[in-house]
Amino acid sequence: MEEAFTRGEGRPRLLDLISNGRDWRSYAAAEEKKLELRLGLPGGEDWSAGQEKREHPIESALSLGHISKVPKSTNVNASSGTKRRFLVHVEPKTEAFQQQQQQQLQQEQLGFLQLQAKGKESLQQTSGSAEQQSLEGKGCGPHPPHASSTKNAAVAHTASQSRVAATPVVGWPPVRSFRMNLAGTAKASAESNNGSSAAAKKIENDKKSLFVKINMDGIPIGRKVDLKAFDSYDKLSLAVDELFRGLMAAQADPLAASTQKNSEEKHVLTGLMDGSGEYTLVYEDDEGDRMLVGDVPWDMFVSMAKRLRVLKSSDVSASSLRAVGRKRTSNS
Amino acid sequence: MTYFPEEVVEHIFDFLSSHRDRNIVSTVCKAWYRVERLSRRSVFVGNCYAVRPGRVMARFPGTKCLSVKGKPHFADFNLVPHDWGGFALPWIEAAARGCPGLEELRLKRMVVSDESLELLARSFPNFKALVLVSCEGFSTDGLAAIATHCRGLRELDLQENEVEDHGRQWLSCFPDSCTSLESLNFACLKGEVNAGALERLVARCVNLRSLKLNRAISVESLARILVRTPHLVELGTGSFTVEHRAEAYQRLIHAFRKCKSLKSLSGFWDVAPRCLQSIYSICPNLTVLNLSYAPAIQGADLVKLIRHCFKLQKLWVLDCIGDKGLAVVASTCKELQELRVFPSDIYGTGTAAVTEEGLVAISSGCSKLNSLLYFCHQMTNAALITVAKNCPHFTRFRLCILDPGKPDPDTNQPLDEGFGAIVRSCNDLRRLSLSGLLTDTVFLYIGEYAARLEMLSIAFAGDSDKGMVYVLNGCKNLRKLEIRDSPFGDAALLENVGKYETMRSLWMSSCDVTLGGCKALAAKMPRLNVEVINDRVESDEMEENPSDMHKVEKMYVYRTLAGARNDAPEFVDIL
Repeated sequence: MEEAFTRGEGRPRLLDLISNGRDWRSYAAAEEKKLELRLGLPGGEDWSAGQEKREHPIESALSLGHISKVPKSTNVNASSGTKRRFLVHVEPKTEAFQQQQQQQLQQEQLGFLQLQAKGKESLQQTSGSAEQQSLEGKGCGPHPPHASSTKNAAVAHTASQSRVAATPVVGWPPVRSFRMNLAGTAKASAESNNGSSAAAKKIENDKKSLFVKINMDGIPIGRKVDLKAFDSYDKLSLAVDELFRGLMAAQADPLAASTQKNSEEKHVLTGLMDGSGEYTLVYEDDEGDRMLVGDVPWDMFVSMAKRLRVLKSSDVSASSLRAVGRKRTSNS
Repeated sequence: MTYFPEEVVEHIFDFLSSHRDRNIVSTVCKAWYRVERLSRRSVFVGNCYAVRPGRVMARFPGTKCLSVKGKPHFADFNLVPHDWGGFALPWIEAAARGCPGLEELRLKRMVVSDESLELLARSFPNFKALVLVSCEGFSTDGLAAIATHCRGLRELDLQENEVEDHGRQWLSCFPDSCTSLESLNFACLKGEVNAGALERLVARCVNLRSLKLNRAISVESLARILVRTPHLVELGTGSFTVEHRAEAYQRLIHAFRKCKSLKSLSGFWDVAPRCLQSIYSICPNLTVLNLSYAPAIQGADLVKLIRHCFKLQKLWVLDCIGDKGLAVVASTCKELQELRVFPSDIYGTGTAAVTEEGLVAISSGCSKLNSLLYFCHQMTNAALITVAKNCPHFTRFRLCILDPGKPDPDTNQPLDEGFGAIVRSCNDLRRLSLSGLLTDTVFLYIGEYAARLEMLSIAFAGDSDKGMVYVLNGCKNLRKLEIRDSPFGDAALLENVGKYETMRSLWMSSCDVTLGGCKALAAKMPRLNVEVINDRVESDEMEENPSDMHKVEKMYVYRTLAGARNDAPEFVDIL
């Protein structure tokens, strides 16, 4: 394929762009917004549908040129298509190309680099794999950062250009959880030591994420949520509901696990914060006391909450009132 | 063979300190096997599922010191689901039945329940030391049981565990008659302890040499404690929050002056930079300094402190020390052997705190450096080559460039040559972690040169199966291989299946290995457990009966004598 890239005219414009670093970059930037990250398996309907969405004719040309080759090169069960897969670049390592890689990697708009599903498409460079070219032309370095959960995928998917920080990849960087949160306080503390508490507050709010554990009664597996990803109790409640609904249904009826998408929402977790639902959301603050979620302003809650729990509402009154009573001056 | 009385053989075996040596002599003949197993006092189990607990106790009934490790290393980074396994209870039960003379227990990455701690506390009359590292599943209730029932306890060392705070005054459960403590570390606990009880405890334990307090301990309490423990060698301060004008601060300075034996300091969670002056008097004696929990201390203050620490051998800091700060370390700390630089701005777009320059500076100043953990924003081949030349004694080299797959910023090349230089130069390298943009070439180098390598961590690296095969075929001492997000598939997995029986374990996640490949491996190698771990988060995409071409999200393979384990949760399939 190297030859294909370097041959002259008659090639689709996209391929020409690859050898011209500058154009590539601006092209990529312009296209980013339109880039549909959802790439189904080529040869299938998804692919064509995705192509049509793109206005740029070059993509169609590229895809038409390669669409027949791709099915052979994948070793995925094409019919099921349950996972989105991406053919990641196996690039000819020309200098200019590497420059683009570098530029792309340096771009903070990792949204369009996050072409993830779970796991990348096979990069198996068995001999003669020159045909395995990137179909979604732009954006994939050979080693793009991967979010290894669909949740992260969704976040990056909708990432707009205003997102400045890297989308967190699960388990990366390889530091223990307690160091992740510690990191955020670095700037805040520095500012407040300079006597500028307003700045400290601002920096505190600019912290990129705050992961806290969340456990639910009756479910042995806990999760973590990023409080900074929400800006209100409603959003948190919704996220908690989504997080555990699947797990609860799976526990209740393991066979139903795969049919989650039905609208049988017997286990919807509503009323998490007003005591009206079957479950109630509580949090533990830095002194270890359990408090009902929803009493204090959202920002204050974020700064205080160290851990979340979803308890059966019947349990809440028994065990937590004592702690709550100490903290609150009036009854709920 | 000339006849040796067993007592003589046993006496000779006493001189064998390493587990490996003892393992080897036990295979010489039946007589030696018998002598060795009855005289073995210290047993190390690197993978709790490699052998049944009862079998260990039956073979070594005289065990006094038992170490067991549970979850794979990547569990530290949330890659292993919460209840995957690694339970301590079966081990404690088996020891209670088979080795009641047990004196020391060390557990790492295991799930330890309060129930197991209570059983521990009651089952071993000579129990002396409990060390829990990166464990979870217990609360202060379990600690209370240990404090109450373990008479003669010498060591309680809790490192980076997740401990539920049930508010019980566990520390107060140490009876007044307890005077034997030599080492107490509860730095990872979140809750408060009774300060008065603590002060009385340390006062009566005259042999106390190591004390690591948690964040809840105030400076006032710390000052009072130090006055009573002037012979302390290792100290983890509490939060260290104090106004530098306060009386408590003056008392603290005074107390520090009395502690002439202090060699190791850690803690400092909330210290204000100004208050670091209180330890200047101790710095010249320090060999170990851990400031990695103190994000408030910026580069300039760190530098002022470190200029006093010329005997330092081990330093843990945050990257706010900066390249310039590392240069100061290089010029001051000539005895430095271990350096860890942790990231302080993980998601930020902020200024790069440390780069390759800092590392190069360290390498030119600290020629005794043998252990490195370095988080940075960028690295160059030239720098790594220089580091390799300056420091050929690395045994542990872990480099983490925060942006996955980032190339050398000067040349846009992968970092193959840089890491290649490291493995070529450092013949004693036992542990290596890679990062940055890397092709198969780096694995070619590793396979060829890293003869003593025992543990290799790979992330976002390589181009093809060849990379993994180079490593499996080359590194003859490889024990642990952990790989994530790299393009290695079934061909690599199945290329050298016999290799896995010479290793402790293999972890692969987000790679290209399929279910069919895992099944093939399991079929060929019955003495391996091939665990396929299905992440519940993706349950909406999980199929009822995934085909063999389905890529496996997480796979953990380990050799075992115990067969498939019976405590696996439902999301783990053991093939």
